[in-house]
Amino acid sequence: MITIIKKMIGGVSVPDKKELSESSPIEFAGLPGELILFLSQHIGAPSVPLVKPKDTVKRGQVIAEPCGFVSVPLHAPTSGVIKAIEPRYHPGQARMCEAIILEPDGKHEPAEELSPAASDLDGISPDEIRELARQAGIVGLGGAAFPTSVKLAPPEDKPIDTYLLNGSECEPYLTADHRLMLEQADKVMFGFKGLMKAAGVRRGIVCIEDNKPDAIEAMKQALSAYDGLELAVLSTRYPRGGEKQLIQAVLGREVPPPPGLPYDVGVLVSNVGTAYALADAVLTGVPLVERVVTVTGEGVAKPSNFRTLIGTPVSYLIEKAGGFKGTPGKVILGGPMMGCSLRSLDVPVFKGASGILVLTKEQAVEEPILPCVKCGKCVDVCPMGLQPLWISAYAERELMEEAETFRAMDCIECGCCAYICPAKRPLVQWIKMAKADISSRRSAQKKS
Amino acid sequence: MLSAIVTLGAAGLVFGGFLALAAQKFKVEEDPKVAEILEVLPGANCGACGFPGCAGLASAIVKGEAPCNACIPGGDAVADKIASIMGVVCEGVEPMVAVVCCQGDDDRAELVAQYHGVMDCHAANQLGGSKGCPYGCLGLGSCVRACPFDAMYMSPEGLPVVIKEKCTGCGACVRACPRGIIDLAPCDKHVHILCSSYDKGPQVRKYCRVGCIACRICVRSCPQEAISMDRDTLAKIDYSICDNCGVCVAKCPMKTIVDTRLPEAEKQVS
Repeated sequence: MITIIKKMIGGVSVPDKKELSESSPIEFAGLPGELILFLSQHIGAPSVPLVKPKDTVKRGQVIAEPCGFVSVPLHAPTSGVIKAIEPRYHPGQARMCEAIILEPDGKHEPAEELSPAASDLDGISPDEIRELARQAGIVGLGGAAFPTSVKLAPPEDKPIDTYLLNGSECEPYLTADHRLMLEQADKVMFGFKGLMKAAGVRRGIVCIEDNKPDAIEAMKQALSAYDGLELAVLSTRYPRGGEKQLIQAVLGREVPPPPGLPYDVGVLVSNVGTAYALADAVLTGVPLVERVVTVTGEGVAKPSNFRTLIGTPVSYLIEKAGGFKGTPGKVILGGPMMGCSLRSLDVPVFKGASGILVLTKEQAVEEPILPCVKCGKCVDVCPMGLQPLWISAYAERELMEEAETFRAMDCIECGCCAYICPAKRPLVQWIKMAKADISSRRSAQKKS
Repeated sequence: MLSAIVTLGAAGLVFGGFLALAAQKFKVEEDPKVAEILEVLPGANCGACGFPGCAGLASAIVKGEAPCNACIPGGDAVADKIASIMGVVCEGVEPMVAVVCCQGDDDRAELVAQYHGVMDCHAANQLGGSKGCPYGCLGLGSCVRACPFDAMYMSPEGLPVVIKEKCTGCGACVRACPRGIIDLAPCDKHVHILCSSYDKGPQVRKYCRVGCIACRICVRSCPQEAISMDRDTLAKIDYSICDNCGVCVAKCPMKTIVDTRLPEAEKQVS
């Protein structure tokens, strides 16, 4: 069954710029000189290292074990020698984080214990899938990096009736999910069925934006092999693929404000990359040691989609994509709307990073920040129904408690408000500041 | 005209009388000491004591929840006055001053990027700032804006400067700094280690000309053994032991350790 969905609350139409990299097939990026593997690649407690400097490791070997329930192990993406365990700058968390530094030996030798868990889904039980997802270090690859094994075990009193597979990839420029659906549709679908089985959900809906007709075709064919799967084709509008936005559009259900989660309305959402990673773990036994990363933008010579080992430095990937074209103005980890600009290229790709975007000097013009003219455009486009102008105005004056009353914590940081603002105000940056302040205050309160 | 004056006058008398009665009837008994203490407190509402403003501290002292010397900006003078109001003897306040533990200004620290956006250290810290050093001063002046005593300014080279005469040691800047590079030191200590980087020596050398490279010369040379290494990568001085001898200042190869009494230090910490 195919449904076509056009409705959406708020959002903006952004030039999607996917033509730059959507036709380049996924290639293996190769082995860089060193891999930087953060112990904290996921939401939850950082993993605890199991290796020491000078240890030799094989591909897929566990190098750090989970610490607590909301945590996952970390695996060596290739064979080599551990150079050090030291703090490195983590661009996602904007602070120094402990990282295992691995020097590849070039052999890319797999650990002996890697063997397929099952050849089809009948041969594996839901509990086994959940355990496998944890052992394989699988986290949500859409960006938030929430441990999948935790997501697959919702509380008993929250029955789940629908599982959404998020292939909308609404973020402009990025084509990693697009290529994955096109090239590996069967495996993605297998992984999705596995996720559904583990969560005990019968109804599954694959959600794709209509700017990827070839991926829709491929996924339509792949899902015809299974029962109980539907396809939802959504009109292209940003931020279509936000978890809450997707549930609202496809099922018409509204996820309650934080700490409300999709399972409160009986839904789970996973990214296509996550489904693929699970399929990989079931069929080949290879844990989550690589992901697809789009390296794109007008500032790179050859925009590409790379199958990239976790921990590969950004500088290496840009080199692989033919290097810079012209003078680079800004390098962003992630997409243009939600990504964070990098101050140095010596940072690695981590599990939650789906793209590297290089903008040219001309594109990265800095316009002066003007006073708010109260036009209300940010209120119109906010998909969460917030009033970004007031949250940011309070945050600007360091009145964080007032910002909290305007529901700063509900902000999903999609960037629509800052995109539309005629006064070029960095609204999201202020809101992020308020969010950081509010959550640090909340955790201090919890402790005392 | 006359009727208006009479009516309004009468209404005024009636309401005035009512308010006077209400004030008598619903009077809240407040310890007169609270008002007296509030009178001697500096009134900057800086929050250094940990209570919501000076009025909060005054009532806390009267209730016995805070010591007489809790007001750090007020120092000894205020502590004495409060002690006499409360009729107790109280220890003096150790006068403190804020010290910015970073010398990486635009000339001495390597800039790796240009920062655009919200001109606030907290916002810049979420992107890592523009300097190569991930621990150093972001240079956007959040501490200067937080100072309730106008005791800080930004130097032309982009580092905050503390005006020692004006600084009361309230710690508002310490709380405002997202990187935690501002410390409070006793006023009578003049030797400070002005670096906050926990990176290893070779790394620090790459991005800063005045950063601590953890060579440990200061640790070995200090006659008082007041300096130790924190996390093996950053020298820390114990102000309770330091006697201002200045041996480490002369020995430090990176000029990270500074004696504020020396004239060349004027530019770094005033």
